[in-house]
Amino acid sequence: MPTVTMTVNGKQVSGEVEPRTLLVEFLREGLGLTGTHVGCDTSQCGCCVVHVDGRSVKACTMLAVQAEGAEVTTIEGLAADGSLHPLQQAFHENHGLQCGFCTPGMIMSSLELLQRNPDPSEAEVREWLEGNLCRCTGYHNIVKSVLAAAAAMRGAARAAE
Amino acid sequence: MYNFTYHRPRTLAEVAQLLSANEDAKLLAGGQTFIPTLKQRLAQPSDLVDLSGIAELKGIREEGGGLTIGATTTHAEVAGSELVRRLLPALADLAESIGDPQVRNLGTLGGSISNNDPAADYPAGLVGLGATVRTSKREIGAEDFFTGMFETALEEDEIVTAVHFPKPEKAAYAKFPNPASRYAIVGVFVARTGGGVRVAVTGAAPCVFRATELENALAADFSPAALDGVSVPADGLNEDIHASAEYRAHLVKVMAKRAVAAAG
Repeated sequence: MPTVTMTVNGKQVSGEVEPRTLLVEFLREGLGLTGTHVGCDTSQCGCCVVHVDGRSVKACTMLAVQAEGAEVTTIEGLAADGSLHPLQQAFHENHGLQCGFCTPGMIMSSLELLQRNPDPSEAEVREWLEGNLCRCTGYHNIVKSVLAAAAAMRGAARAAE
Repeated sequence: MYNFTYHRPRTLAEVAQLLSANEDAKLLAGGQTFIPTLKQRLAQPSDLVDLSGIAELKGIREEGGGLTIGATTTHAEVAGSELVRRLLPALADLAESIGDPQVRNLGTLGGSISNNDPAADYPAGLVGLGATVRTSKREIGAEDFFTGMFETALEEDEIVTAVHFPKPEKAAYAKFPNPASRYAIVGVFVARTGGGVRVAVTGAAPCVFRATELENALAADFSPAALDGVSVPADGLNEDIHASAEYRAHLVKVMAKRAVAAAG
């Protein structure tokens, strides 16, 4: 079996995988990082979104071997020094989750949006989250959370200047 | 998913070698259609040849006043490119309308056109702009490239390397997306070029086609109103749970009018 090596949440990891192993299977079953969820397993729901080399991808629609040498960030890699990432904090404060199953994907997808566009409109947030489904239909508070996180991150960026 | 042997070659020569040595090998580009296909066990390749490590297949550059886009360039890269925005904004808009952000981050131009899904967006862009597909063996005009449902002129061991798009005078793409998948129920790419008006339709039929009645009307008068008196026949159009053939025929005209209006 091939050996795959990548950096996950800042730490170099490697493991033997069958070529057909999905990236999400490697993360969950190989590394025990079960924060990344498998919802539909058909590239539609976005529960499995992680970042690979800075781009959000559906980890159920990528092979682990395709991530050879890549920098991977999962939901477990967001909180720094014991404090929640502004997106996590905003979902907490704005009741951006009901059952919570879609939350890791919602946050990892929104993270790329806010990296590209620090001040999105509500319509832009809704459009961006096209590939993320919430089975509780809690979209209003999810969008509210992303907008609150964007404002918090802009405030933090200004304070740092 | 059935198991397979995985390869990530660095050159096109290695790809050719792998394909000729393994009869049941398949190419992997962005994988956004192919990996779901493998998961459903609808394909059983012996070998997967991943094209992502081949530098010469990537990138966007200006060429002869138009654009040349490498086969493994992603939809997100096309949508986000300053060069595409400046020279061919209609193509950037088309790329931006594909799937969702995560699909656009991995899905590629070459993968999309080689698969030739009847509801994919890029085939309309290529035929509408009169693009040329460059392969490892030859150049193929877009209309000759797309030969039928999920079928192209590509031979077994032939690889798309790039697509060249000439710059039109004006162009736009309008699509009526399936609300769940964002695939086109009907998508219409309209371009006015030095050689005339081109109207390419995707989603409506088993394969992308040029709507010649609409082209003739627009050649005389490039305005949405010019299409008022033209009717699009429903014969041979797709019919499924999403839309009847008659509804698709209606949408072809509506989307064409929207595209003409957007092209300005």
